[in-house]
Amino acid sequence: MDKYRSHLLVCTGTGCVSNGAFEVKKALEDELRKHGLDTEIQVIGTGCNGFCERGPVMLVQPEGIFYQQLTVEDIPRLVEEHFLKGRPVESLMYTAAEEEPSIPLMSDIGFFKDQILVALRNRGRIDPEVIDEYIAHDGYIALEKVLTSMKPEEVIEEVKESGLRGRGGGGFPTGLKWELCRRSSGSPKYIICNGDEGDPGAFMDRSILEADPHSVLEGMTIGAYAIGARYGILYVRDEYPLAIHRLLVAIDQARSYGLLGEDIFGTGFSFDVRLIRGGGAFVCGEETALMASVEGRAGRPRFRPPFPAEKGLWDKPTNINNVETWANVPVILQRGAEWFASLGTETSKGTKIFSLVGKIRNSGLVEVPMGISIKKIVFDIGGGIPDEKEFKAVQIGGPSGGCIPAHLQDTIIDYESLTRVGAIMGSGGLVVMDETTCMVDIARYFLEFTQSESCGKCTFCRIGTKRMLEILDRICEGKGVPEDIPLLEELAERICDTSLCALGKTAPNPVLTTLRFYRNEYEAHIYDKRCPAHVCQSLLTFSIDPEKCTGCTLCARKCPVNAISGERKEVHVIDSDLCIKCGECYLACRFDAVIRE
Amino acid sequence: MAKLTIEDLRKIREQAKRSRNLREGEGTARITVHMGTCGIAAGAREVMDALLKAIDERDVRNVLVTTSGCAGLCSHEPMATVEYADSPPVKYVNLDGEKIVRILLEHAVEGNAVKEYAFAIGSEKMS
Repeated sequence: MDKYRSHLLVCTGTGCVSNGAFEVKKALEDELRKHGLDTEIQVIGTGCNGFCERGPVMLVQPEGIFYQQLTVEDIPRLVEEHFLKGRPVESLMYTAAEEEPSIPLMSDIGFFKDQILVALRNRGRIDPEVIDEYIAHDGYIALEKVLTSMKPEEVIEEVKESGLRGRGGGGFPTGLKWELCRRSSGSPKYIICNGDEGDPGAFMDRSILEADPHSVLEGMTIGAYAIGARYGILYVRDEYPLAIHRLLVAIDQARSYGLLGEDIFGTGFSFDVRLIRGGGAFVCGEETALMASVEGRAGRPRFRPPFPAEKGLWDKPTNINNVETWANVPVILQRGAEWFASLGTETSKGTKIFSLVGKIRNSGLVEVPMGISIKKIVFDIGGGIPDEKEFKAVQIGGPSGGCIPAHLQDTIIDYESLTRVGAIMGSGGLVVMDETTCMVDIARYFLEFTQSESCGKCTFCRIGTKRMLEILDRICEGKGVPEDIPLLEELAERICDTSLCALGKTAPNPVLTTLRFYRNEYEAHIYDKRCPAHVCQSLLTFSIDPEKCTGCTLCARKCPVNAISGERKEVHVIDSDLCIKCGECYLACRFDAVIRE
Repeated sequence: MAKLTIEDLRKIREQAKRSRNLREGEGTARITVHMGTCGIAAGAREVMDALLKAIDERDVRNVLVTTSGCAGLCSHEPMATVEYADSPPVKYVNLDGEKIVRILLEHAVEGNAVKEYAFAIGSEKMS
């Protein structure tokens, strides 16, 4: 008995026999023998097991899987799927009539169950244009607590102890930033909410502003009290009309309730805000360029020091924080620093919102505790890669960030651990890539963006990124030369060294990280004139598989340059000299006969 | 409007909580159509229009309709959440004008969730 790995107990009681159990048993034995499994799996005929209505039945031990209403026709598939491939066949199993598949519980669904909502605590639950709903969900409790029972220094201490770090990408300790601004001399002081969110593919801030604008306003009011500021500015990019509209409604309603304006709650503290629409440039997300834009000047960064906390807007002490950072503030003051610090890792406390996009089943906005692994985000929350493609890499941090290859998927989300692998936390863009993504093309895509957004002030950023982009364009067109890689590396180093702001300093990052982990793809483009991911159009070759071609002539008719020849019902051929690699034949063929590589 | 005192704020909070509570409020069901930019881009406005039209044409009473921002699962928009009496909320995904009317009639009015369109039941856990 011990040498069998499995026993198939086929009921051969009278009921099942009259339904064909003997034939089923014989078919099973024959099929198992055919696959050479008869020495591993034993078929045993048993007496009646009671469930006659569903016969012929079979119990598979040791798994305990119960099959019912088996027919001889079912056997080949059952043996192949379950006993050969290890995949039990659900359709042959028993399902109780009352147990129709029910709606899955939220707490069981991968996408939702691993998220922890802090900044997004009100998501999907409140109407953002009705202030009472925000209030009903603990809105303005923190402000009440702060204004009536805490000194400004105590508020700063609480934020420091929470370990909150800037969520816009810099990761600077927020409490410390507030303290520096408080200590600076100068009046009036300003606070700014940076809602410029320029990273392509990032929409965390937009979502917060659209869904829960009061969380940001309350956070700013608390910050203003802690720092001693009188005025606040929300700088929101013009391309976010819905966010702007909802913010304006929220500001209006907060004012009418006296939650913004003079003498809030009768405590003597006054604070009001103004919304300013962005100028339409990525560089205006950089704090000094942002302030220049607010002041009505062209959005170009300036040298720091002096930092904004010392001399910012109109040379006054200014504290700038990102939308997500502000949204965290009320809940930290309400529930305490200790609670916030219990989430996350040693150096990165709390949660982070990511916009999960790319080649992923569940794309959307996810808020996860710091310390979660990339693997968990991609597979448990994201649901994995669709179309059975293989996971290749994630790009974190937008155009300033880097690619983390699949073999490093155990890397955890934490400011320092991401920097160690050459990426950055950034504002939270997380682009998932599969085997059909060309890493050289990705580097080029991001560099194209930063190059066009360069403000032009620094020579190396202005001209260096353009030269780097030209090199990448040539490589993707099959005109790369061996000297290109060392030249890219040299340019990258110089641009980093001599750029005034983070746009320039980090623009070469996508190129550097892809060179670090995917040098072989660059080399294939340059030396073999081949794109391993079959993306770069100039490097593709199209051919027709003679085994699959039916001679339907559809591709020949679609070809814009008449590069395909062949008679009806005869195998067609593509003339590679004429082929312009447009891909129309590949898209047209209904028999999968066009090979693209 | 006069400035709020802290007492006023507390009263508003209590009042707002009560009216959100279906048992004490006016309706037996609430439908929240998610309208962040992602939802709107996917067609949430059409879903909302179809819903309001159906309520009007069929003279449906006791169903509250409200909006909120993005619920997070942007790839499955347009989405709506339905709360019926004491039952846990149900999230519906990939909606259009026709589906929402069916959901209105079967779930919000009769109390039977429409399983084919439902994605999940329950609320996200707040930390």
